Amino acid sequence: MSVQVWTYLLVGITFTLYIGIAIWSRAGSTKEFYVAGGGVSPLANGMATAADWMSAASFISMAGIIAFAGYDGSVYLMGWTGGYVLLALLLAPYLRKFGKFTVPDFIGDRYYSNTARMVAVFCALIVSFTYVAGQMRGVGVVFSRFLQVDINTGVIIGMVIVLFYAVLGGMKGITYTQVAQYCVLIFAFMVPAIFISFQMTGNPVPQLGMGSTLNDGSGTFLMDRLNGLSTELGFAEYTDGTKSVIDVFAITLALMVGTAGLPHVIVRFFTVKRVKDARKSAGLALLLIAILYTTAPAVSVFAKINLIDTVSNKEYSLMPVWFKNWEETGLLSFDDKNKDGIIQYVADKDKNELTVDNDIMVLANPEIANLPAWVIALVAAGGLAAALSTAAGLLLVISASVSHDLIKKVFKPNISEKGELWAARGAATVAVVIAGYFGINPPGFVAAVVALAFGLAAASFFPAIVLGIFYKKMNKEGAIGGMVVGISLMLFYMAKFKLGWLGEIPDKSEWWFGISPEGFGTVAMIVNFIVALVINRFTPEPPENVQEIVENIRIPSGAGEAVDH
Amino acid sequence: MSEKQKKATAYWKENVRYLFILLAIWFAVSFGAGILFKDALNTIKIGGFKLGFWFAQQGSIYVFVILIFVYVRLMNKLDKKYGYNE
Repeated sequence: MSVQVWTYLLVGITFTLYIGIAIWSRAGSTKEFYVAGGGVSPLANGMATAADWMSAASFISMAGIIAFAGYDGSVYLMGWTGGYVLLALLLAPYLRKFGKFTVPDFIGDRYYSNTARMVAVFCALIVSFTYVAGQMRGVGVVFSRFLQVDINTGVIIGMVIVLFYAVLGGMKGITYTQVAQYCVLIFAFMVPAIFISFQMTGNPVPQLGMGSTLNDGSGTFLMDRLNGLSTELGFAEYTDGTKSVIDVFAITLALMVGTAGLPHVIVRFFTVKRVKDARKSAGLALLLIAILYTTAPAVSVFAKINLIDTVSNKEYSLMPVWFKNWEETGLLSFDDKNKDGIIQYVADKDKNELTVDNDIMVLANPEIANLPAWVIALVAAGGLAAALSTAAGLLLVISASVSHDLIKKVFKPNISEKGELWAARGAATVAVVIAGYFGINPPGFVAAVVALAFGLAAASFFPAIVLGIFYKKMNKEGAIGGMVVGISLMLFYMAKFKLGWLGEIPDKSEWWFGISPEGFGTVAMIVNFIVALVINRFTPEPPENVQEIVENIRIPSGAGEAVDH
Repeated sequence: MSEKQKKATAYWKENVRYLFILLAIWFAVSFGAGILFKDALNTIKIGGFKLGFWFAQQGSIYVFVILIFVYVRLMNKLDKKYGYNE
């Protein structure tokens, strides 16, 4: 069977599965819609969290980014996993004990103020929308390459599917769909990696293959060969990278703290039964994520060596079929500058003739390595699973922010349960349409902003939540002040140094402390902490009953079920 | 302070002590071995891996996973000790 037929088959089967699960587990109450009824097992929640977390960016783009960035790519590996340690130790158990539906719920109640709640809703919406637009785009890219429809049709198909199961099933529906999606995406990621590792090194475990010798009898280590090839072509050594130490430090910390502060990740820990389940579930989630995250850097090394070997200094007319296929999508391009018909892939911008988009490395990897057609189709199904699961998780945060935090808690407190459920469904529908619109017409800044969503989460939520748990005397004035200053500072830095909304984008040499916009969340977070603590000193203590809430969430027993109030 | 409050305070203190120890390790493997001391560690090679690079792209992640499971164990024991388990 051809790749095309396999792709239709695998994508069709997986989509039917998702829809079947959504119908079987549809939500009947707001509690089921927001937190899946609060009775999800730690393993199911761990799998759902992992699928929720691993987006199109993790599945499709990350290995490619690392392949081109070498050591610098480590910021994503450490940043997007290390955050789970913070989440498990500092946030998840306490938020579960607190037992409400959303992150703004916690901020609003802990800081006894609807202003704090509104600031949190605003931050949650900014973070989630920037993130979800990127997912819809990922769906479009996969559809266009593997199913030969154009990107916009792909986005619309993706919208309809997500709409169907997020709106119908709520958290309950998406949790069990995400369990299935985790299985699909991890299988799809591991199969080609194992194949290629075995092909190149004789060792089927990619994590070990990466550190082994090449299978060609030369006895050279893969990493040495890659370092050699990189320097030969004028790039930095693969194991060294080009970013400064302070920037790598800041970006890693911003991604870690941002991960721990992302509302769609935090809310998952409201769905388990007990506090101890929340802890265990965070551990399982990270274990399941680590399988992909420790394989990705190995895939990067394999793919980079394969790519260089296949194209560098080879005749253009002799390129394999996949080369032409990807040229058509515009993700790969060859510009024969010196008209010799041979591909020069070098660091020197004036002489380099090959432009490769990061995303290709995973998507084209099985083709580059000549793997069977069903493996190539599997990668398409995996990419779709990754993008759809994350999009659904984000849409739920958006709809809960609107129906629960805004309508129920602020504007119309006496709304009926049924009314709130319909409001949640309506909000999810509107959110899908907006996300789809941005997927089809991506404003130039979307791609740039997705990476910064972490900085925004780090700069706003993380300090407010941590202080709310670990510092009993933290008051509302301090927390609100910290969040507002933190997120404003981050938005300002993004506008100035990344988006160019405040005149021309200044040169790197003008970065504050030498820290890039991606890493600036670290600085904004520290400023948030300082502002919060200083204001807290000069304003009244929180009321007695709030201090009691804090004492209560520190004790794990008696969590009960997530309750409405 | 009532007996119940004393118990809660003692529990919290032990919990915070665990957090300091575990987060120190978290910092050491990622920001320490993977970033700040990467160049020094890179002079050591294990198989095809330079050690600093290995920590940044592999080792730190393994340690993160272990840390959370150690934390789960420690806390389950602590909960039992103070009678907060359920």
